[in-house]
This record gives sequence, structure tokens and C-alpha cells, in this order.
Amino acid sequence: MKTIYQMSRPGRRGDSIPAHRIDDDYFKQSRLPLELCRSQAAELPEVAEIDVVRHFTNLSRLNFGVDVGPYPLGSCTMKYNPKFTEQAARLPGFAGLHPLLPQLRRGGLLAQGALRVLYECDRLLCEITGMAAFTMQPLAGAHGELTGIMLIAAYHQDKGNQRSIVLVPDSAHGTNPATAAIAGYEVVTVPSKDGVMDPAAFKEMLSEQVAGVMMTNPNTVGLFNPYIAEIAEAAHKADALLYYDGANLNAIMGYAKPADLGFDIVHLNLHKTFATPHGGGGPGAGPVGVVEKLVEYLPISRVAEHKDGTLFLDYDHPKSIGYVAPFYGNFGVVLKAYAYILALGGEGLKRVSEDAVLAANYLRVKLMEHWQVAFDQTCMHEVVFTAQDKVEQYGVSALDVAKALIDEGFHPPTIYFPLVVPEALMIEPTETESKENLDAFVAAMTKLAQACKDDPELLHQAPVTTPVGRLDEVSAARKPILTDPLEP
Amino acid sequence: MDFVPHTEQDREEMLAALGLESVEELFRDIPAPLRAESWDLPQPKSELEVIGHLEDLAGLNAHQLTCFLGGGFYDHFIPAAVDAILSRGEFYTAYTPYQAEMSQGTLQSIFEYQTAICRLTGLDAANASLYDGGTALYEAAMMAVRKTGRKKLIVCNSVSPIYRIILESYTVNLHLDLVEEDLCDPASLEDLMDGDTAGIIVQNPDFFGRVHDYSPHFKMAAEHKALGIISCNPIALAVLKTPAEMGADIAVGEGQPLGLPLSFGGPYLGFMAVTKKLLRTMPGRIVGRAYDQEGRSGYCLTLQTREQHIRREKATSNICSNEALCALAATVYLSLMGKQGLVELAQLNMALAAYARERLTAIEGVELVDQGPWFNEFRLSLPLDARVVASRLIDRGIAAGFPLGRYYPEQGNNLLVAVTEKRSKEQIGYLAEGLEAIL
Repeated sequence: MKTIYQMSRPGRRGDSIPAHRIDDDYFKQSRLPLELCRSQAAELPEVAEIDVVRHFTNLSRLNFGVDVGPYPLGSCTMKYNPKFTEQAARLPGFAGLHPLLPQLRRGGLLAQGALRVLYECDRLLCEITGMAAFTMQPLAGAHGELTGIMLIAAYHQDKGNQRSIVLVPDSAHGTNPATAAIAGYEVVTVPSKDGVMDPAAFKEMLSEQVAGVMMTNPNTVGLFNPYIAEIAEAAHKADALLYYDGANLNAIMGYAKPADLGFDIVHLNLHKTFATPHGGGGPGAGPVGVVEKLVEYLPISRVAEHKDGTLFLDYDHPKSIGYVAPFYGNFGVVLKAYAYILALGGEGLKRVSEDAVLAANYLRVKLMEHWQVAFDQTCMHEVVFTAQDKVEQYGVSALDVAKALIDEGFHPPTIYFPLVVPEALMIEPTETESKENLDAFVAAMTKLAQACKDDPELLHQAPVTTPVGRLDEVSAARKPILTDPLEP
Repeated sequence: MDFVPHTEQDREEMLAALGLESVEELFRDIPAPLRAESWDLPQPKSELEVIGHLEDLAGLNAHQLTCFLGGGFYDHFIPAAVDAILSRGEFYTAYTPYQAEMSQGTLQSIFEYQTAICRLTGLDAANASLYDGGTALYEAAMMAVRKTGRKKLIVCNSVSPIYRIILESYTVNLHLDLVEEDLCDPASLEDLMDGDTAGIIVQNPDFFGRVHDYSPHFKMAAEHKALGIISCNPIALAVLKTPAEMGADIAVGEGQPLGLPLSFGGPYLGFMAVTKKLLRTMPGRIVGRAYDQEGRSGYCLTLQTREQHIRREKATSNICSNEALCALAATVYLSLMGKQGLVELAQLNMALAAYARERLTAIEGVELVDQGPWFNEFRLSLPLDARVVASRLIDRGIAAGFPLGRYYPEQGNNLLVAVTEKRSKEQIGYLAEGLEAIL
């Protein structure tokens, strides 16, 4: 498709700037001296509104979202995004609210509704996770991780501990080691045994240098680590903090709380467990919750309640790590998650975990006939298969399978991850796909397993139903074209 | 209301396929002593009830005040077409475009966004977005530290204090030396520059609305092999000397003015553009043009070897999700405003601000703090504590501006006033009348 820039015609307009009857004088007065001005106008498109609307509508039609079809992308929790939460975030009382208002004198009174959303969401997330308090400030999951590691650092510094290492299991999301490293820690990887972090290896690696341990439980291969109690005990004995990557909280709601499992800090991906839309790669939100002993280090400001029930922004936390974002987080996203939690209630959230785990296990047993499961045991909300045998027998890789699934009308599973499973196909159906869709996915995968034997070329050539075929990513990275070139 | 399509029969059939009696059996890996004892959450509610509750809460917010608050976050008009496009489920219910063939919509829109950011800043390459202007500034600062291997960052004290406190929070554990000074006069920079300086950080327009040419600053940075970083307002870039023309290495900023609602602080959009030599050290997603076997052109994520999902602890940043949907909003907004429209919008903002300056400074005791030139925001000095004045004007339905004493204790009587195209002459008049009445 043409780019919006290629559609440009000199003099065409799509803007609607409000008319103001103010004197030309003010335009003259406010004109900047030449040396402060750009030499040429930025070459933005010159198009009409209809051009813009058609262009982006047509672009949207080249996209696949949960609203289009099943999206079992493991680890990303691509469940249905309820529409009423979109409506809630667009209410003018929220969408039109300036973030600096509550920083005016008695300004908290001007934003009681918004502060109430933050305060109540905090309390609900505390009950869901068992934590003592949350901050809504982190703007994404990885940003929550960074906040969590900063909290770990603040805790040790306050106690006078000299700690330089963060332990991360080999199955962790890439964001975990990346976060610990950019926060200034040395990252040491703990090996897995039977798919979960090996408690014996972990204990050996614990030392007085270890500041914290980042775990996902259930982990990225969809397995719950049954040794979590002894891992937590050993960590706490060494005064290392246990960090819970909440990417997979959607598997255990109503059954276990991270705090009860021994975790000290948790970040939640509201765009996963709590159904806020992924937006093509954001915005998300990554609130962070902590146990009592870490509350004093949480970012400021925090929302607190006066005796009379009014809410205010509380900055009086001298041991706080400060600010990880300018204001109160991705408020619009928090609001959608709050609406979702209220709609489902405790009952609905527990049902979410049950149905998500049921669907993943259903796919596991149905697919096992034709595909090799990475760990032959009950899984949680996602199941990992490996195409390693298909590579060896037919020269068909996980990537080929993923591309062929596109032609079958499905978004592929995650394949570049987890690193502990070669040629991984990481499938997360979520609770919102019907049994018919799960069966259709099984049928498609069964067909592809047969095609591996009969016609592997079909998989190598896939996808053929998309606007473009497989793109040459190597050339794209070698000679990057990152902007539309200006017409000569 | 739980959005799960299963009937009881569906569940029974799935359990039967697993040879199980109840779904609880699937959770047996969770040791019994660790099971949740309480689950004290509210009863489920209908959509109608939840929306009703949220409408009540929204009604408690004073969003209808006439808004002269800015501070980096502005009440601009958003054309309806922006939200019409954002509401396409194909866009907002997709995830990061890992599977390029079925994500060309997101990928091409990001490519067009990168193009717009490069054309606004004049720089060579932009990423697909960062969380917001504040974290974008932090990422830029860290790029300078990594690229130079040095530890000192010199930050102008007219860079948003809201961003500077974020920088302070992030850098405290990294043993970086954050020096904050008034750098308006380039001579003041000269004494601070040394061989350990990783970068200098400035803002245009600065927090007080003043417009600068930082060319001498960036020249000095280059001479010391440090990086020049500028945080800028994207609408002002329509008219201001570009970061590239000034010699900046990295331009970042808050994209909220480009079609995003104020929404009580987020979601917003951090943009970043860099010179060619910094491309491979840039954080975040980057989209590039690519070709398939048949020669058809398309788009894919590129230069991914910088990123956490490949490089893990050696990645340039830990960022994963960004603000793709907000970047789409900005792209649609900039396409609608267009080459001429954005310039005229910027000029209108400046003219209205000039009108407001004239009206407000005609009041006895109200004076301009600065000489200008300004973009759409300016500081007034008042004869009373600005916090008190602002609070009294709230009672008249006006958010008059931001009292600077909050971040600059010596500026207790100063008020920062922003004027966008949404403010009418009449509204500016009410502000003037209200201010006059109070003083």
C-alpha cells in the first residue's frame, strides 16, 4: 500500500483549526525571530480527511487482532477486550482531566473520582495478590519490573546490605535479565530441572551477594513451580527478596496469591490478566505491589484517604524511591482494568483462571497425538510444544508451522521463546475462546502435522493468504530503511 | 459478566477429554498449604452497573474547568477522525507485530509515525515509541552514558522538573553524577563540561515556555565528545528550529499534544529520534521496510538484536511493550493537521498566548517574568502567592495555570499559564477579569 506521504498533494488540507477573531497584530507580535525558526516546514502529508480515514481503515484491514480471530500467542494473554471499558476510559470526566490538577492547593478535591479509581484498584489488586500496597505508576510490565528492582535496591541500601547479584531462571522473559542489568545488577542465570527452576541449584547459587530473585510462577513453559515454598524460605534466609513477574497471574487467581507463595514484590500486566487491549504493542500498565516491609519504599505520590473519606495525594514517604513516571501511571489503562475487575467480581476472576487452565490442558491432550509436548504433565494457562522432531524428520521448523497457521486463519503461538525449549510453540488459548474455536485450532494443527509428512514445501512457502509473504528481515536489518524517503 | 463463552456442557466435555471430574484437579501442583485462604472481592456486576458507577466517579472530577494548565501536557483539540481510527479493533486488539505478514497495518502505521517524527525533528531515525516524555528522557540519558562510557549528565534547570525528578530516581543506584544548573547562557555550560560528561540535556520550549537556540550548547557538547539531548514539544516543532539544525544528537519529547487526551496523566507517548550514528544503540522497537521473495514491499520489526527478547541482559533497554496505539493516534493527528495545518496551529497557539499576555499584564501587579520569545506558555509574577490565586480562580471555574512554587520554592508568586487553540478570547477575558477581581 502507498504510504500517507505518497498520497500527498500540495495544498490539500485535512485540518480543522478553530477560528479565532484575534487581531493580526498578535500573530505578528508572537512571531519568532528567524534564528529560532526552522528553515523549512516539516514535510507532513497534505491530504484530506477522507484520505486519512480511508488510508488508516485500509491499513487496519491488513491487521489481525483478537476482534478478528483467535490469537493464542503464548505469554501475551490475548483474551477478548470488553468494549464497555473503552467507553469508560472515554468518559469526559476522566479523559479530559489534567494530571496537574490535584497538585494545586486543595486540588485533590478536583479529582476525587479519578483518585477513587486508583485507590480502589489498589485495594482490589491487594486482595487478588495478597500484597499490602500497590503503586499504579509503572507504565508497562517491563517498567513494573524496573520499579521492582529499584525497590529491591532501596531495601538493601536502607538495611546497609551490599548486594550486587539478581538471580533469574533460564526460562524467564527476556525483560527480567534486561531489567536487572539496566538497574545496575549482575545477572546470574539459574538452570531449570523438569521445566521449573531447580531448587537445589538455586540454593547453591544463593549468597550474601544476592539482592533478589525474579520468578514467574507459573513460569513461561506454563508450569507451576511446586518448590516455591522452599525457594522462598531459602531466599528470605539469605535476605534476598523474591520478585513475582505477574505475567502469568491469570493462571492462579482465586487459587493462590503471590504473597502467600512467599513473594515480596509483584508486578501485574493489566493488559494481560485484566483484559485491557494490547493496542498493537501498548499502552499497557504494570502496577507493582509489595509486602508490608517494603511499603515505605514505593514511588510517590501515593493515594491516601483522609478520615472523612476524601482522597489525597500523599508525598510524605521519605524512604520512597521517588518517581518512576510523571504522574499516576497509565490512568486510562488502570481505569479499564478496574472496570473489568468490577464486572467479573471474585467469582468471575476465579472462573477466568479455571477456564484458561482448562482450555490450555484441553489443547494439550488434543494436540499430543500429532505434536510433541515439551513437558508431559498438567500445565497451567499455556502449553509448550516443540517442533524439534518435525525439524529432524521433515525439515519443518516452528517458524514454518507459525506461518502456515496464518493461512489457516489463526494468529500463531509464540515461537521465539521460551529459550529452554528448542523450536518452541507456546500456546495460550485464554478463557475467551469457545470450544468450537479450540477444536478448529486442533483441526488446523492436525492438518499441518499431516502436511509436514506429505508436503513440507507447503509449510516452507506459507503464508500465501497475506498481503505480503515472508519478508527478508536480514536485508532489512543490514540496510535499514526506517522512514519514507522524501520525493526529490 | 465474565466474557467467557463456555456453556456448562462445553466445560464437561473438555474435562472429560482430560479424564477429570472437576477443574480443581488441574491446580494440584499448587501445594495445599499455599492455597489462597481468602478471596474477598466484590460480587460480579453488569455492564450497566459498572458504567453507572464510573459515570458517578467521573462526575466527581473537575474536568470542565477552563484549562490554562500546561507544564508539558496540553488541552489541545482532537479531531473526531483520530478516535474513529483508534477504535478499529484490528488495531487496538492486536499485539506487537511479531508476525509481520498479518500485522502490516500496525507496522506501516509505525513506519509512517517514525517518518513523521524524523521530519519534525530533522533527525535520521526514530523508534516506534517509548512510554512517555519523562521515561524517554531517561532512556536518552542512558544512551549517552552507554555510548560515551561516562558518568556525568548536565541538565538544565529549565528542563521540566517533573522529568528531572524521574531522572534523579532512576540514576541514584547507577552512581551517575547528575548536575542541574541554569544553562540558558552557554557560557555557564563551559565551566561544567569535562572529560567525564556523557551528555547535556535541555528543553525547547523550556518549562517556562521560552524558546531557545541551543546550537552553542550542542557545539560544546560535540567538542567534548558528549551527546546533546533535547526534549521538545512536537507541536512547537512545526515552527521551531529543529533539533537537527541545532546539532542535537537525540531528540525526545512528550507526544500527548498530538491527539491524545489528557486522561489524568496517561497513556501518553514518548517519542525519540537520533542521528544515524546512534541508531544501533537506540532502545525500543524499530520498524523497517522489507521485501518478500516476490519483491513485494512490506514492513517488519528490525534491528532486533538490540532488544531484550534477543539480547536479554545485554539489551539496550528492558522496554518491551511501548505505546503503539498512542503512536497511531499521533500519526493520524499529524496526517490530518498536515504540513500547513500544523504550522498554522502552532502560530495560532502563539498568537493567543500573546493576546493572553497582553490582557493579563494589563492588570496592576501582574508582570511577565521573562522577556520571551515564547511558544504557547509563559510565567507571570503575581503580587500574591500563586497557589492562593490559582485556588481562588478554581472557584470561578478556571484552572488558571500552574503555581511554580511547587517545584521552584523561590518562585512562590509565579504562575505558569498555557494557552491552546481551545481557549477563546472570551475565556482569556474571564481569566483576566477573575485575576483582576482577586488581586
